[in-house]
Amino acid sequence: MFDTIITMFSYEFFRRAVIGGSLIALCAALLGVSLVLKRYSMIGDGLSHVGFGALAIAAAVNAAAPLEIAIPIVIAAAFFLLRISENSKIKGDSAIAIISTASLAVGITVATMTTGMNTDINSYLFGSIIAMSQKDIIICIILSIIVIIMYIFFYNKIFAVTFDESFAKATGTKANIYNMIIAFLTALTVTVGMKMMGSLLISSLIIFPAITSMRICKRFKTVVICSAVIAVLCSVSGLILSYLYNSPTGASIVITNVCLLIIFSIVGNISDKINAHKFSK
Amino acid sequence: MALIKCENVSFSYENTSVIKNLNFEVNQGDYLCIVGENGSGKSTLIKGILGLKSAADGKITRGDGLKKNETGYLPQQTPAQKDFPASVYEVVLSGRLNSRGLKPFYSKTDKQSAIDNIKRLNIEHLAKRSYRDLSGGQQQRVLLARALCASKKILLLDEPVTGLDPIVTDDMYQLIEELNKKENITIIMVSHDIKSSVKYASHILHLNGDKTFFGTTDDYIKSPVGKYFFAEDIQHV
Repeated sequence: MFDTIITMFSYEFFRRAVIGGSLIALCAALLGVSLVLKRYSMIGDGLSHVGFGALAIAAAVNAAAPLEIAIPIVIAAAFFLLRISENSKIKGDSAIAIISTASLAVGITVATMTTGMNTDINSYLFGSIIAMSQKDIIICIILSIIVIIMYIFFYNKIFAVTFDESFAKATGTKANIYNMIIAFLTALTVTVGMKMMGSLLISSLIIFPAITSMRICKRFKTVVICSAVIAVLCSVSGLILSYLYNSPTGASIVITNVCLLIIFSIVGNISDKINAHKFSK
Repeated sequence: MALIKCENVSFSYENTSVIKNLNFEVNQGDYLCIVGENGSGKSTLIKGILGLKSAADGKITRGDGLKKNETGYLPQQTPAQKDFPASVYEVVLSGRLNSRGLKPFYSKTDKQSAIDNIKRLNIEHLAKRSYRDLSGGQQQRVLLARALCASKKILLLDEPVTGLDPIVTDDMYQLIEELNKKENITIIMVSHDIKSSVKYASHILHLNGDKTFFGTTDDYIKSPVGKYFFAEDIQHV
């Protein structure tokens, strides 16, 4: 057992995957708390599909630097999706579904017509443990530093805007700016993390940790901290599973998240019942 | 000078004008109830007073050194809020955000103000509880404490008793009256309930198209529009 772990970490690709995976999961979880509570979870999902389309087109145009082309496209899409969700006249959920399936379709069409459905495209769809290059790791580290600093700096404002946007606006907080910051950081996280998690599964990193920690935690601060811990824990254990059983990386991480959600839900239910019992006495 | 003054204000909503040439003013210590049917423009007017929506015509002025971010606001609750994982203290403290500007963290004064307002509304025993575990009436008290953190001068309440049972509704009205009488906090309340409005408010603004009424409560009861709606309301009870 101990030997296996040592061998595992002796591989350069695995160390990269663990560092990159944990950082991406951490960023996604922090942003996810706000997105889930604001009922914006589908934006993360929509963005990952837009990201796939953008990457496929970018790869066809300029194979050397697909990320540099994809990131601005996804950021633009994030602002657009945010506007749709804020505008009550258009039904936000169906608009997001249209955009995400359309980008997926365009992406796959472009990809098959130019390079064929090769391993690259496959790993963008389903994720790959060996996808992280040295450059990707550096991007991950820079990204997570930006996300964590901004999150800490704007923590109180993010709380206020998440809890009650109309109050925040009425008392002079520029809520739209903070919504845009969250959308911007989400777009970055999704695009960078897609290589490892796959575009079909990246939104799970945004949604699962927040939902899981909300089963038990009762304060916003503990929800945020708990989500971050859960995210890192799940992605590391998912990666280990993926290595040991040769299972797809993204899927393994999602499965560990599902298991934790089930455990937290059961514990949450039991403690709620105990509390209810206490109050009834 | 008036705290808030509306002169010939008009608002339109999706290209139809809902409020035309509205004139009224609110002075320190007033208790104004805004009543009217659905679609008469109550919510639009509230947004206008808060500065979230600009008037199509006319102007809304603030006097007595009342700054834009000094309005305590109690909005209607959103479904997303009802199961929000946050402690009561966290929610109340967030009312201090407007005094922070760009500074990222709360000071000792902010924290003390949150604790003071929690005590003021008798919800100390709930301070560490989770907002989502509270009853509707308790949640409204928490949001009222937050609004008080944002302003000591004026509170804007948007249908604060919606969804509360009769006993809790009475509690809420008494609490608001106390804040108005004892602490001289100006109250502007949007309400569906004409009977309670007449009972508690000092001034009434009845939005009713061309037959809009603004004046003291005593005048309102005697006015044709007041007589019509108030008498009707009594008959129902």
